Amino acid sequence: MEPMAIVSIFVLAVFVGFEVVSKVSSTLHTPLMSGANAIHGVILVGAIIVADHSSTNLELGLAVAAIVLATINMVGGFVVTDRMLEMFKGNKK
Amino acid sequence: MSRTLYDLVGLAAGVAFILALKGLSHPKTARRGNLIGAFGATLATLVVFFYANPGSSLPLNNLGWILGAMVVGLLVGVPAARKVQMTQMPQLVALFNGVGGGAAALVAIVEYLHLGAEATTAEVVFTVFTVIVGCVSFSGSVITFMKLQELMTTRPVIFPAGRFIIAATLVSVIGVGGWVVSALGTTPLLVLAGLSLLFGVLFVLPVGGADVPIVISLLNAFTGLTVAASGYVLDSVLLIIAGTLVGASGTILTRKMAEAMGRSLFGTLFGAFTAKPQDASGSAEERPVRSGSPDDVAILLNYARRVVIVPGFGLAVAQAQHTVRELADMLIAKGIDVAYGIHPVAGRMPGHMNVLLAEANVPYEQLAEMDEVNPTFGQTDVAIVIGANDVVNPAAQTSPGCPIYGMPILEVNQAANIIFLKRSMRPGFAGIENELLYDPKTMLLFGDAKASLTKVVSALKAL
Repeated sequence: MEPMAIVSIFVLAVFVGFEVVSKVSSTLHTPLMSGANAIHGVILVGAIIVADHSSTNLELGLAVAAIVLATINMVGGFVVTDRMLEMFKGNKK
Repeated sequence: MSRTLYDLVGLAAGVAFILALKGLSHPKTARRGNLIGAFGATLATLVVFFYANPGSSLPLNNLGWILGAMVVGLLVGVPAARKVQMTQMPQLVALFNGVGGGAAALVAIVEYLHLGAEATTAEVVFTVFTVIVGCVSFSGSVITFMKLQELMTTRPVIFPAGRFIIAATLVSVIGVGGWVVSALGTTPLLVLAGLSLLFGVLFVLPVGGADVPIVISLLNAFTGLTVAASGYVLDSVLLIIAGTLVGASGTILTRKMAEAMGRSLFGTLFGAFTAKPQDASGSAEERPVRSGSPDDVAILLNYARRVVIVPGFGLAVAQAQHTVRELADMLIAKGIDVAYGIHPVAGRMPGHMNVLLAEANVPYEQLAEMDEVNPTFGQTDVAIVIGANDVVNPAAQTSPGCPIYGMPILEVNQAANIIFLKRSMRPGFAGIENELLYDPKTMLLFGDAKASLTKVVSALKAL
């Protein structure tokens, strides 16, 4: 991809990231951190791509380890965030 | 699947992540936001299986290995997330973050081995960045996990000449990073990974217990940036968007947390370089304290007009949320004004106590935030501090130089009477002595929070 296009995506995403969480109350700091944590679990996509083109056993072994870790991060992250937020339900008007 | 369609689905997942973060910032939409995020991540993962990368074909090579590894990840991650006690949730989040950082570092190493001499300088630079930051995030998160799980001391670990060792490690990490870029070899890359892991450990060791959540949040933002850098190397717009979003929002969140705790972000981050060994004197005290019986506490409460309950981590550990609600309900039935004073970092992380009390069905309107409740302590007859310590420690206001100085506290020392429910005289998570325990208007009720509260409830019934 064009380097300039990548820089543009990066800069715009930085501002979107700043903007979307700018008004969060301290009550939600923990679930928000946990949710953001789950989102970076999409490194799983990267781990699958490198596993696909691994040509040696060393590469494949490391890629498989990366898939295991990334899956734990992503799936575990979303599940634990949901459990936290479930506690809040019923107390809100 | 064409590249255009593949990128469009990636874009859709990126939008889902933006909506997820947006949703997670508001109480009403938080749960839906998380589900939207999970949907985006699932979509992004599924679509990889239907796109053949240039020079590759479908189905993906090593498909069995890929699916098998995902199943293993599911079998570890889901039960861990389902079964964890809410009190131990912060360390689980730390651990999840660490394995994410580890995964990003591994992906970068594999891609580096794969590209070999064909890698462009830009790709190598991004790989070096990902390996360094991913490894720091991994080993740093493991140390935060051990601190929160109390597998090691929660006090800052400071050793002689520590800051020189840390600075030297950082310099060698950067030096070896330059070596990898210029020499392109497997050995330099592995040395780099090892040194980065070491730096992560050294970076987090001097952080005191109270600052651990800030560090977790920061490492979370770091991991986001490594994902973005991997996106560049792997030519994936989705990874760039998702990683940057987490990096940026995580940075803001870290700053907000530091503000809520009254900590200087700079001081926390560079504590490793500035920390000096502290003298351990002043802790072995044999000063008199006033301890009372459950009956004394019940009588005090019975004649109060306003009671503020200050819950801390000890309450959660003793699983006393339900008993404390029973006590509050009884006091309310007697016409006593009852509020819960919630410190922003009560528990182990900002918002953690709200989660724990919500679990016990405490009505949301009885929870008062610190700014709301502090001006009312002057009119409060009894403040009951249950398993909290650092968040009510007046040293945060009065003794410059103590590790929590400057942290906003719940001013229970303004109340007419203070009751501390404590297991022992052991200091709190930050490891600092609390003067308030020796205050003449303080009464201590020793024992397990739940057992003590149950006794107070029955004593109150007998009155």
